[in-house]
Amino acid sequence: MAEPVIALEGLERRYGDRPALQDVSVELGEGQTLAVFGANGAGKTTLLRVLATLLRPHAGSVTVLGASLPGEAWKARGRIGFVGHDALLYADLSPRDNLRFHARLHGVSPERVEELLDAVGLSRRAGDPVRELSRGMVQRVGAARALLHDPPLLLLDEPRAGLDPAAAEQLEPLLGRSSGRTRVLVTHDVDRGLAEADAVLGLRAGRPEIGGDRADAASVRRLYS
Amino acid sequence: MIRAAGAILRKDLRIELRTRESAPAMALFSLTVFVLFHFGLHRDTLDGALAAGVLWVTLLLASVLGVNRLFVAEREGGALDGILLAPIDRTAVYLAKAAALFLYLVALELVAVPAFAVLLLGPGIGPAFPELLAILLLADLGLAAVGALVSGLAAETRARDVVVPLLLLPLYVPVLIAAARATEPFLTTHPGPHGLAKWLGFMALYDTVFLLLAVAVFDFLLED
Repeated sequence: MAEPVIALEGLERRYGDRPALQDVSVELGEGQTLAVFGANGAGKTTLLRVLATLLRPHAGSVTVLGASLPGEAWKARGRIGFVGHDALLYADLSPRDNLRFHARLHGVSPERVEELLDAVGLSRRAGDPVRELSRGMVQRVGAARALLHDPPLLLLDEPRAGLDPAAAEQLEPLLGRSSGRTRVLVTHDVDRGLAEADAVLGLRAGRPEIGGDRADAASVRRLYS
Repeated sequence: MIRAAGAILRKDLRIELRTRESAPAMALFSLTVFVLFHFGLHRDTLDGALAAGVLWVTLLLASVLGVNRLFVAEREGGALDGILLAPIDRTAVYLAKAAALFLYLVALELVAVPAFAVLLLGPGIGPAFPELLAILLLADLGLAAVGALVSGLAAETRARDVVVPLLLLPLYVPVLIAAARATEPFLTTHPGPHGLAKWLGFMALYDTVFLLLAVAVFDFLLED
C-alpha cells in the first residue's frame, strides 16, 4: 500500500496553555482531498499551519510527504502549496516581482511566472503594485505563488473567499479536485466541500467531532451551531 | 544560502527604492538631531570627544529607525510565511537583512557625516578620510549584525517598537565606545597619540562575535 501523503496521530497544538488542536488523527492518500469544517476558532487554520511546517506540533505524530514533523520539516518545505487568508505577498511589489522573488527562492524559472500570471488571468496587471489590486486579484496572485513550484500537496484555507464566480472557475483547474494534487481544503461551503472530499474532518474547539470517509451535510452544519 | 540571501536582499532594496521609508528617514532624523544639538549645546562648532560623541550617538539612534523597519514588509500580508515555506536555509533571511541594514547605514552616513562636518564640526575631516572610512565601515558591520538579529527577535512581538530600542541600545554600547574613541583624534584640532588599531581590532572582534552568534541562533528565532 502506498505511503499516505499526510498521516496524523494524536496531534496536539497549544497557544500558551490554551489547546488549539487535541487528539487529531487523519490519514490522506495521494491525489485525495480532505475537507475540514468547523466554526471560527475551531482550529482549522492552526491545522493547516502545522501541516505547512509553519507551526510546530506539541504532541502526537505528524508525517507530511514522508517527512516527520517538526524534525524533518526541511524535507517537506518546497513541496507544499499554501493558500491562506493572507496572500503572503509584498504589497509594494507587483505580482510579477512577487512571483519572480518566490521563483528564485524555489529555484523555478521566470517562464513559469509568466505561465502562471496568464493562467490566473493577471498578465495585464502584472506590473501594478499588489496594493492597487482588488482582493480577488490578490487572492489569484496568492494562488499563483502557491503553485509556482508545482507542489504535490495543496493546503487551501477558503480559497474561493473574495473571488467572483468567474475568477473561482478560472482557479478551479489549478486548485480544484481536477488539479490531481493531494489537497487539504478548509471551507465553510458545506455542500461543495463534501462533494469534493475523499475524507472529512469536523472540528469543534480543536477536537475532532466528525471524521472518516463520509459525513452527512446536516451533521457538518451542526458544527456551526 | 547565498543565492536565497541575494534574492531576499534584492527584494528588500527594490521595496526600499519604491517606498523610500528607511534610509531617507534615517538621514532626515540625523540632520534633525544635529540641528537640535546645535541649538541645545549653544555652540557653532564642536571638536574632540564631544564631537565624536554627538556624531556616534546620532548615528546609533538613527539606525534604530532602520532596525525597526527591517521586517515591516515581511509582517504585512504574512509575507514572512512565504519565505518560511521555501526550501531555503533560514539563515539567508538574517544575512539579507543584515546586508540591507548595512547598506542603509552607508547611505545614512553619506548624508549625515558631511552634514555633521558642515553644521557642527570645527576641524576639517578631509585628511583623515581613509581612517574615518575604516571606522565607519567596521562600526556599520557591527550595527548591522546586531540590528538584524534584534529586528528578527522582535519581528513577531506586539511591543516591537519598544523592544527594539530596549534590546538594541545596550548591545550597541561597545560599538559606541570603540567608534567614538577611534574617531575622537580625527575630530580634534591638535590630535595627540591615538590607538586606532586597538579600536579597529575591538570592533572587528565585536562584528565577528555577533555575526557568528546570529548565524547560529537565527534559525531558532524564526521558529514559532
